[in-house]
Amino acid sequence: MSTITPETQIDSGHNDDPSSNYLTSSSGFMSWAFTLDHKRIGVMYLVGIFAAFFLGGVLALLLRLHLMVPNGLFGDWVSLDSYNQLFTLHGAVMTFLFIIPSIPAALGNFVLPLMVGAKDVAFPRMNLASFHLWVFGAIFFLIALVTTGLDTGWTFYTPYSIETQTNVVAATIGAFILGFSSIFTGLNFIVTVNTMRPPGMTWFKMPLFMWAIYATAIIQILATPVLGITLLLLMGERILGIGIFDPSMGGDPVLFQHFFWFYSHPAVYIMILPAMGIISELMSVYSRKPIFGYTFIAYSSIAIALLGFLVWGHHMFVSGQSPMSAVIFSGLTFSVSIPSAIKVFNWTATMYKGNINLATPMCYALSFLFLFTIGGLTGLFLGALATDVHLHDTYFVVAHFHYVMMGGTVIAFVGGLYHWWPKMFGVMYNETFGRLFCAVVFFGFNLTFLPQFVMGSRGMPRRYATYVEEYQIYHVLSTIGALTLGIGMVGAIAVLVISLFKGRKAPANPWGAATLEWTCTSPPPYYNFEHAPHVDSPYDYSDLKYDARIGGYVKDPNAPKKSSSDHH
Amino acid sequence: MLSILADTMFFPPERSTVAGSVDGLFDFIYYLSLFFFVLIIGFMIYFVLKYYQRDGHTEAPSPSHNETLEITWSVIPSILVGVIFFFGFTEYLNMREAPENAYEIQVVASKWNWVFKYPNGAESGDLHIPVDRDVKFLLQSQDVLHSFYIPAFRIKMDCVPQRYTWTWVRATHTTGSGLDESSHEPLRLFCAEYCGQQHSIMHRKVFVHETADFDQWVEKAANILENNTPEEAGKILFGRKGCAQCHSVDGDNSAKYPGPPLNGQWGTERQVTPRGSSSPITVTMDENYVRQSIRQPNSEIVVGRKPGMTVFTPQLLKDEEITAIIAYLKSIK
Ligand code: HEM
Ligand SMILES: [Cu+2]
Repeated sequence: MSTITPETQIDSGHNDDPSSNYLTSSSGFMSWAFTLDHKRIGVMYLVGIFAAFFLGGVLALLLRLHLMVPNGLFGDWVSLDSYNQLFTLHGAVMTFLFIIPSIPAALGNFVLPLMVGAKDVAFPRMNLASFHLWVFGAIFFLIALVTTGLDTGWTFYTPYSIETQTNVVAATIGAFILGFSSIFTGLNFIVTVNTMRPPGMTWFKMPLFMWAIYATAIIQILATPVLGITLLLLMGERILGIGIFDPSMGGDPVLFQHFFWFYSHPAVYIMILPAMGIISELMSVYSRKPIFGYTFIAYSSIAIALLGFLVWGHHMFVSGQSPMSAVIFSGLTFSVSIPSAIKVFNWTATMYKGNINLATPMCYALSFLFLFTIGGLTGLFLGALATDVHLHDTYFVVAHFHYVMMGGTVIAFVGGLYHWWPKMFGVMYNETFGRLFCAVVFFGFNLTFLPQFVMGSRGMPRRYATYVEEYQIYHVLSTIGALTLGIGMVGAIAVLVISLFKGRKAPANPWGAATLEWTCTSPPPYYNFEHAPHVDSPYDYSDLKYDARIGGYVKDPNAPKKSSSDHH
Repeated sequence: MLSILADTMFFPPERSTVAGSVDGLFDFIYYLSLFFFVLIIGFMIYFVLKYYQRDGHTEAPSPSHNETLEITWSVIPSILVGVIFFFGFTEYLNMREAPENAYEIQVVASKWNWVFKYPNGAESGDLHIPVDRDVKFLLQSQDVLHSFYIPAFRIKMDCVPQRYTWTWVRATHTTGSGLDESSHEPLRLFCAEYCGQQHSIMHRKVFVHETADFDQWVEKAANILENNTPEEAGKILFGRKGCAQCHSVDGDNSAKYPGPPLNGQWGTERQVTPRGSSSPITVTMDENYVRQSIRQPNSEIVVGRKPGMTVFTPQLLKDEEITAIIAYLKSIK
């Protein structure tokens, strides 16, 4: 056993029994921990990411409960200090461990190679290394956060992060490692998309999820190194006192903010672009209509990725930056809002004259449309300089980014998970409960965050452990919402987990989707495809017919031959 | 109806010359957003109701793109955000440019205290300004980032160490009349940039006075010891020098305050641990105990508390000032 290497696992670890699939082709801890199979890596990422989400969620509930009353519900048990550590831990876990890797690493890993009809990603070993780095980074990060605490906020703003007694260095090393994990994933996806598309899959015949993952990967490899450098400099500042950010040594604390947001603003697009990709798939499949304005959506993913690099300064309108740069950043910010708005119009238009299947994934997609629209529109208040001065660093911003990150990314992630679940595990979940918990999540989410817009515009600053009485009513509503949201999320995951044991067997193509991952069996065999699948337009459903006997869609032999022109 | 609801729901009172135009822009974006939100979600719901999957219903072909439509819905929002951008930045430039001859107040933020310094040498812990006069705030920080935020004025600006930043305001309403603080309904000033442990209690009151009242106030504030009884002077110093930051005077003994409460303590006994010793001794709160606790706070620590109080050297707090504070401590029950 001691000489097991990845090679022996991938080459001899599985059996070639044609009835086996990637889940059953080999077994044992090592066959998972050192697998090179993108599907298993995707599943492991999924488990890890949801563990992080759960931890972040429990912390969020603690924070919300604490804020029920102006001086803290738990009395001395949650002091000012521990509140500051709690919100830091919540933000850091959610950002670095959960939302940045979430969709690309879990769903992207599983789906992308299947979408291009390939056996794996371009660099399977690097893919495994990415996961190992994530685990290593996560353990390190958590140990650092839990044992030595961290109270800087996930933003690590200097000079506070230079002088706080908590262990910033340990936490930044963790974030640094996680950054490499992200870069590896991104690099892999770029090469996979560039070199492994099957004959016939031109750029404009790619599913939009691929476009989104591709655009995300560009940001991952271009922006993450900047975070790495920033964190290194911060460590240098703390350990060696190099005087780059420390004003008492001639450094500049505002420079840190520029560095930080130069990564972290593009990072918000790392979070949202894959979610937009999922929504493009879901809207089309469940409306049974080709996506409206395919070309525009594809280009806008890239446009958002690139323009997203130019707007970081909008986090710093009251930092003392010059009025001129504030004006320029504000203008650029508005220019990124247009592609997002048009995507929303396109998704809505896709439903026109469709045959809308209100299965759970579609319920999440509709919910996304509602919540993301609010998130995007409230960005306008923050992008406009005069209003941002008042709203910056208040709960209005907190509500805004939760609408885009939770209401957008997380909702799309869960919708995508429900969509690909039958493919991943070969089982169907309970549709009634799936929809029910989607509704609970939707309701709980709005109750949590709508009141935060109001208290923010009334002046409630963020990162406050205690507050003045006039804001209490909004905090109480928000806490009740958070509890509802928590129940909804746990329920939504439970429905999926229960289906693993009780679910009916899934057909190859339960939703009638036309992308290639639905042409192999559910779950896919170890090698994904026996023969390279035939590439068609990803959103043309005309030759798929529902077959009640198997509960899924099959190719209709009598369908008229598809025209060879593409769909857009 | 909607607009009254929007005004009262979304904003703190408008108390400065810029507040009205900030809220005006907010309302403009709000109604525009509401319009687009209702439009998008309206279509979404309409399509779902009309085209949901049911027996006998199938999808019907429709173009999968439409140039006119796509150009329209790109160009119209672009123009609208252009308008928002324009109003946003013109008003912002106005906020960043303090009028000439403004009355200048120096604001010094530190963990976790605000000190306001007036041109005549007066200092205060709460902010006092005159109504209907341009006031410029010159902001500084002594340690980490803080942010000077007064919601009712809609102004905010970070205080950055080793650098000056500024903002200004012209208040439009007084918060009350006379010098008696209890006849005012003060506004709030918050620290809006996270600055560590006591960030959330780094908030203060803002008093807006009639010009005559303000002149009188600032005159009196410049000479605290002369113009006040020792108790009053002590009370002012207690707030201004940051004592109130860590000690309650209403008996609140919770961990919200790092130091023990100080009201009703005069002449009582307490257990303290002298530095370097492990067994507590009993002392009485008298003049010398108070003086020592201010000059050498870490020499004896009240049982159950941690060392950490600022060491008040004679530069920070003069002997006469300690005397006034002692008078104040005697007076609070
Ligand atoms: C139409 C699109 C959007 C616009 C116009 C917009 C605008 C803004 C602006 C101007 C700020 C700074 C506010 C301030 O700090 O005062 C901000 C904050 C933020 N936005 Fe957005 N945003 C948009 C979409 C998104 C998306 C898609 C995400 C993430 C998926 C996102 C995540 C965030 C986060 C995380 C912050 C706050 C970070 C922090 O201070 O901790 N935004 N947004
Ligand atoms: Cu502060």
